[in-house]
Amino acid sequence: MNDQGKYRPLSYFQLMEISLRELLVEKGILTNEQVDAEVEDMRQRTPERGAKVVARAWTDSDFRKRLLENGTKACEELGLDIPALKLVVVENTPEVHNAIVCTLCSCYPRMLLGIPPDWYKSRNYRSRMVREPRAVLAEFGLKFPEHVQIRVHDSSADMRYMVLPMRPAGTEGWTEERLAGLVNRDSMIGVAVPKGPND
Amino acid sequence: MNAPRFKPGDRVKVLKAYPPGHIRTPFYIRGCTGEIERICGAFPNPEELALMRTGLPAQPLYRVRFLQKDVWPGYSGGPGDVVEVEIFQHWLDPA
Repeated sequence: MNDQGKYRPLSYFQLMEISLRELLVEKGILTNEQVDAEVEDMRQRTPERGAKVVARAWTDSDFRKRLLENGTKACEELGLDIPALKLVVVENTPEVHNAIVCTLCSCYPRMLLGIPPDWYKSRNYRSRMVREPRAVLAEFGLKFPEHVQIRVHDSSADMRYMVLPMRPAGTEGWTEERLAGLVNRDSMIGVAVPKGPND
Repeated sequence: MNAPRFKPGDRVKVLKAYPPGHIRTPFYIRGCTGEIERICGAFPNPEELALMRTGLPAQPLYRVRFLQKDVWPGYSGGPGDVVEVEIFQHWLDPA
């Protein structure tokens, strides 16, 4: 794909991927077009999708309710198909701050946030986020008073999680599109909070 | 599927067991006591799936909420901080 530029020997896993792909194509199990379509589909999955869901929840309280009840079904309303996975949306409030981790591997709501950042998959984040979440959040620049409950979600099995952050003050009357621009990937993992015009 | 034995609000204890294999119950939560937050549905048992078996009947899967101070001795955060973990029914006992 983007192989232009300097020659570098292939890594073990790159070689394995190419070999397996060529074998599957050669044996007629897959076509190159199918592989390309899948890669393209993966590229389309970016945090903007999640931001759209958040902005809708901020502007439509009935949607917000449906989203918290059944994340998968509510996303279908926005034309976002989340095949065979159950999405659980957890809501930040002045009393509760949520954060997501997968201690066992790197489960992540890819259909809404795209490819996970490397730190999400690191041993450091995965082990410390459950054990000392406040210290990890502080490293991301977030500090909470003791009375705010920190709720860590370990995606240890079949569900996937997304944080619904709090709508920043000073954004009254904003359009969904403008609001979506405030929502980044990290705020939907729970290691950041969206900043409004007053922040 | 196997019928759910627990409902939201029930107190449960995670088995303190260390069988070999593909286990989705994190080590740190084994032996801990928490509260059922919700029933997530029923899913094929991953321990069986890993052995190329069907994993059926599907096992009820729960989200269980644990107080951090009950999980980590000397937890230094807020007293109300919690961690929520998905646990399959066959890993839970009533507490």
